[in-house]
Amino acid sequence: MEKILSFFLEHREAIFIVILSIFLGIEVISHVPAILHTPLMSGANAIHGVVIIGAIIVMGHADTTGSMILGFLAVVLGTLNVVGGFVVTDRMLEMFKKKK
Amino acid sequence: MDQLSHITGISILEITYVIASVLFILGLKMLSHPLTARRGNTLAAFGMVFAIVATILFHRKNGEPIGNIPWILGAIVIGTIIGWMIAKKVKMTAMPQLVSFFNGMGGAAAALISMMEFPHIRPELIAAHGMANGHVLAILLGLMIGTVSWAGSMIAFGKLDGRIGDLRIKALKYVNLTILAVLIGFIVFIMTRHVQASTELMPCIYIMFAVSVIYGVLFVMPIGGADMPVVISLLNSFTGVAAAMGGFLYNNQAMLTGGILVGSAGTILTVLMCKAMNRSLLNVIVGVFGGGGASNVLEGGTIKEITLSDAAVLLSYSKKVVIVPGYGLAVAQAQHICHELDKLLEEKGVEVKYAIHPVAGRMPGHMNVLLAEADVPYEQLIESDVINPDLPNTDVLVVIGANDVVNPAAEDDPSSPIYGMPIVKARDAKNIIVMKRGMGKGYAAIENMLFFNEKTRMLFGDAKSTLQNLVNEVKSL
Repeated sequence: MEKILSFFLEHREAIFIVILSIFLGIEVISHVPAILHTPLMSGANAIHGVVIIGAIIVMGHADTTGSMILGFLAVVLGTLNVVGGFVVTDRMLEMFKKKK
Repeated sequence: MDQLSHITGISILEITYVIASVLFILGLKMLSHPLTARRGNTLAAFGMVFAIVATILFHRKNGEPIGNIPWILGAIVIGTIIGWMIAKKVKMTAMPQLVSFFNGMGGAAAALISMMEFPHIRPELIAAHGMANGHVLAILLGLMIGTVSWAGSMIAFGKLDGRIGDLRIKALKYVNLTILAVLIGFIVFIMTRHVQASTELMPCIYIMFAVSVIYGVLFVMPIGGADMPVVISLLNSFTGVAAAMGGFLYNNQAMLTGGILVGSAGTILTVLMCKAMNRSLLNVIVGVFGGGGASNVLEGGTIKEITLSDAAVLLSYSKKVVIVPGYGLAVAQAQHICHELDKLLEEKGVEVKYAIHPVAGRMPGHMNVLLAEADVPYEQLIESDVINPDLPNTDVLVVIGANDVVNPAAEDDPSSPIYGMPIVKARDAKNIIVMKRGMGKGYAAIENMLFFNEKTRMLFGDAKSTLQNLVNEVKSL
């Protein structure tokens, strides 16, 4: 029990951020029209590419060949997620432009 | 001096993370309105670039800057080129697969991070708190969720791309629950070990990774094609959560907000999609869809066909025509020729509208993207519940490659798996023309009584060539 309490105390800021972000995510999305579901999913997909920051940190402190290879792979995959996600979302939304 | 610049660097980094988080939130908000969506996407992308650049320049771990920078930049360049090329080249019909693929990449990256961080857990931390601490939990959850998301996304990709079939075994449900329990057991096991260094537990990590892969595969395998969008959206939010675990790990607010935001937004989106199909999330995950109940007895209706020239005449002399496009239209790449038909009819003074069901295509909103690609004006696309009251005044309703979204069983047959799903009330129209490749059942594999309706005429053939012939017929009138 004490362990759980001290865990909460230690991570209270992160827990705060998590809870607020959950509500924010729900609030931001809840009124989206169905036509935007696909681009929205794709855009959100690109945003969680933020995991690339973790990949960069890991790679930046890698010291063995093994971790270098894995880190390199993580950065490549993370970049794929970010770049591919944003570019493809843009491509979709480009077509939604108002036609004259 | 050195100390000062160190503090400056860290401050700039943290400020950049705040800015990036704000840009993510704004971007997501703007993405949910048609007019601002594109700018929102660009905004979020800028946030990402800021966060990446600042991390490379200013991140410090125990005072040490980021090393291996040439390698990092090399990896980013490779990822950018490949990602850019795939994203630019892929056909719009393949969009669901692509989202799934990119999502899997993010999940894999999260899993790799966990795998590399686990052996580097500081021995002091273990000495002080044992293995049961937030750091270890974040690593293990990141590994599990990231891996499941990766494996699941790859299967979803394969299924949508038609490379992998469904695997429908009733017992799979229990197998999956067991594996899930095993995974949680692993987490508990690892966290309750008494060890000097985390490296001693690496074999457990490898096994856990393998089990997570199996779970990801088996989790998506039995899910039917019609439910795929829901699964992609769900996996999308999984990856968000996995990324947030990285945020915990590095005490990194940008990763935390970005990840959780996508996690919760993705979950809501998943729920919205389930609602559009009138199914509960649990039902999608554990239920086996499209088995078909015993009630699907055919009432022995007859199918009436229509010739191309009759169809052309019928369409040309109508006042109001509504087109209901489905995935069949997309697969046949017939959206352009379909638009040609509607332009031709409009020139003849026929009012043409498209009835878009929320889950038409393979992803919600997918059909809008496809028709937008073919330059169909946005104003012509009407959501199904808006157009439904107007259907009794519609002279001809043309169903092109759609099936389940016009199936009256959703209203009539309580035992039908799609009962209660909102549909385009096609049978209210005065005449119905159904373009179909053959008498095969729809994605949900249930009989469609609409085809046997006395107002319905069938026009068999590939959507693209049939539409082409129809356009020629209308032209020659």
